[in-house]
Amino acid sequence: MDEPTARPARRARGVRLRGWGGVLAMALACALATTLVLLLPLTLPQRGAGGSAERPAAGASSTVAHGTQAEAQACASDVPGKEPERSLKPSASESGAAVRAIKDRGYLSVGVDQNSYGWGYRDPNNTSKSSELEGFDIDLAHEIAGKILGDRNAIRFHAIPTNERIPAIQRGEVDIVVRTMTIDCARLKDVAFSTAYFQTGQQVLAPKASTITGYDDSLAGKRICSAKGSTALAALKDDHASGKLPASADISTTVPNQLDCLVRLQLGEVDAVVTDGALAASQAAQDPTVELKGKPFTKEFYGVAMKKGADDLVRRVNQVLEDYRGDGGWQKSYDKWLEQDLGPSSGPPAPKYK
Amino acid sequence: MAFGTATAWQTADRSAAADDVLHTSQPLSADAADIYRSLADANTAASSGFLAGGQEPASVRERYEKDIRSAADKLVTAAAATDPGSASARTIAKLNTLLPEYKGLVERARANNRQGYPLGGAYLRYANEKMQTEMLPAAEQLYTTENQRLRDDYDAATPYPWIALGLGVVAIAVLVWAQRRTYRRTNRVFNQGMLAATAASTVVLLWLAVGHTVARSDLHASYDNGVRSLNVLHDASIAALKARGNENLTLVSRGAETVTVDGVTKDAFDVRYQEQINQLTTKLSTAERLADDTAGKQPVDAARDAVRQWNTRHKAARTRDDAGDYQGALDKIIGPAADAPTRASFDQVDRSLDRALAHEQRQFAAKAGDGRDAMGGLTAGSAVLALLGAAGAVSGIGRRLSEYR
Repeated sequence: MDEPTARPARRARGVRLRGWGGVLAMALACALATTLVLLLPLTLPQRGAGGSAERPAAGASSTVAHGTQAEAQACASDVPGKEPERSLKPSASESGAAVRAIKDRGYLSVGVDQNSYGWGYRDPNNTSKSSELEGFDIDLAHEIAGKILGDRNAIRFHAIPTNERIPAIQRGEVDIVVRTMTIDCARLKDVAFSTAYFQTGQQVLAPKASTITGYDDSLAGKRICSAKGSTALAALKDDHASGKLPASADISTTVPNQLDCLVRLQLGEVDAVVTDGALAASQAAQDPTVELKGKPFTKEFYGVAMKKGADDLVRRVNQVLEDYRGDGGWQKSYDKWLEQDLGPSSGPPAPKYK
Repeated sequence: MAFGTATAWQTADRSAAADDVLHTSQPLSADAADIYRSLADANTAASSGFLAGGQEPASVRERYEKDIRSAADKLVTAAAATDPGSASARTIAKLNTLLPEYKGLVERARANNRQGYPLGGAYLRYANEKMQTEMLPAAEQLYTTENQRLRDDYDAATPYPWIALGLGVVAIAVLVWAQRRTYRRTNRVFNQGMLAATAASTVVLLWLAVGHTVARSDLHASYDNGVRSLNVLHDASIAALKARGNENLTLVSRGAETVTVDGVTKDAFDVRYQEQINQLTTKLSTAERLADDTAGKQPVDAARDAVRQWNTRHKAARTRDDAGDYQGALDKIIGPAADAPTRASFDQVDRSLDRALAHEQRQFAAKAGDGRDAMGGLTAGSAVLALLGAAGAVSGIGRRLSEYR
């Protein structure tokens, strides 16, 4: 019975708190509230998101085409009469559509390399205003432009990487490719070639002190570098699969350009480079501590590549090559660019026609 | 007493965090941005010097050396400020390993370039690859981590000190109640000690509320006006450097590397240039929007104009190169002023961004400094006033007690 009476009493005391003390408390609360309200707009969060993440650059793509069986009947490198380096008979006629298109345009569009010392490269120390590409391939390109257009400099060079040689022709970006390009059966399906203008073969390049002796079992456990889309890579893959190359050899290092292999070799990231002997020699010329090991393990020919079906252009270029071999132009260019690294030449390879 | 302690403790925490923002985390974030920027700048200078030929211009070489030194110095500072074993420490260690490797590659590129060997270009592309795919991502990660740390310090400095505020209200309420009780019991209207305690508590509470609110708003302003702008401008600056580096490499590599975009084969470096120019344009638009005064807007506008000019000139250079006119393209990229080269446009972008960055850095320091100062005396002040208040309350109660003797 105590409780009901106690409660109202307590409540009454609570109500009675409304004296001057309550007023003070109210005033205090008001002051605080006013302050906060006044300052509130200043404090509203206005932050947004920070910087966005960097998008990684698109990775380089590679298109490696190899495989040879399809045109086995028409083309076989070891069957006399069916060699890939057999080309159309030469002709000086300039009435064909492909040659006419070039003459109408007024210049020859040529795909070349800029990283092949002695073949196609740009000397960074050449300070003349006309600082341009130079080398054995470049000489030949100028020769072709001179014969077709009457002006050796009616030419536009496009530096293209190894794996873009065929697509550049197919897309019509260039009329011809003069870029240490090996004539083979697989490529003949996509492009047409002139007669051979140079003979070479795949070779191994390694430091002079290396235990590697050539393209053989001494490559066991070694890391080998080659260019994407190159003949060297195709050969390495085939031989790795067939067992001709020791299974422990690591051929996983591929680079955009054969010269990048010398970078990897100098840095100790690979033990050997496989590339055309002519290019391997051009690499050795830039580094006196490396050398060619063993004999070339393939026999290959460089040719001028053109669009498939542009027969008139192929015949015209073959005529230029005939003249180039005959008038000493070929020998002069060889002596200028290649003799120092490759030794004296026994002359250009004899042309073969279909 | 509890109110005073809580106030001192909470404001000390926040004030320390605000001080960290001003003197530790923002400078570290700026250091990380500098590392990132120095590396990108070094890479750009290396390719510019290379393009100029075997005998590179002294000014370009000095810029490269300065960048490398600056990156190395800042890495030391950053290492000293990170906890061993943390992600940032690992990133710094990685950068410390890669920096000499990168420098070695560039020196090899130079040596070969001097001899006229095309091998030099191959080395430079390899050095660039190392920079773009390993070093710059690591530097960016460091920059992101340090920025996060800055955000954390902001977050620690800005919340309202609710415990202190709550205790303050309770303390005042208790004092009021006690005085009212005294009044009711003794009819004495004022108890001087208690009154002093109430006044002290009220002052502290108001000071706390107002001071912190002002500090908070200053800190937010330093973030919004300073840090956000600084971040966007740093990003823009990096994008400009990357774009310039890739533009140079387009001519160094001359098509030695390609990528396929939507089935079309394009020069790898020109594609990257385009990506970075787009990034730069986006960042500059954001920077323009964030700039809150004329002094901040003006350099950003100048940079935007220069980017437009750059892109126009770049297209002209590409047209020449695609047409086989290499020397013409080279003149358009690094040539003398008469050729209206992209070099001049890039320098303009770079200088404008430097000006904008300096402006925003000043704005940040001023606002963050104000914010910290607004909280500055609060810790000591609240402690003193709390003691006074407690003393007052004790003396007031003591007086009452003495009356009973």
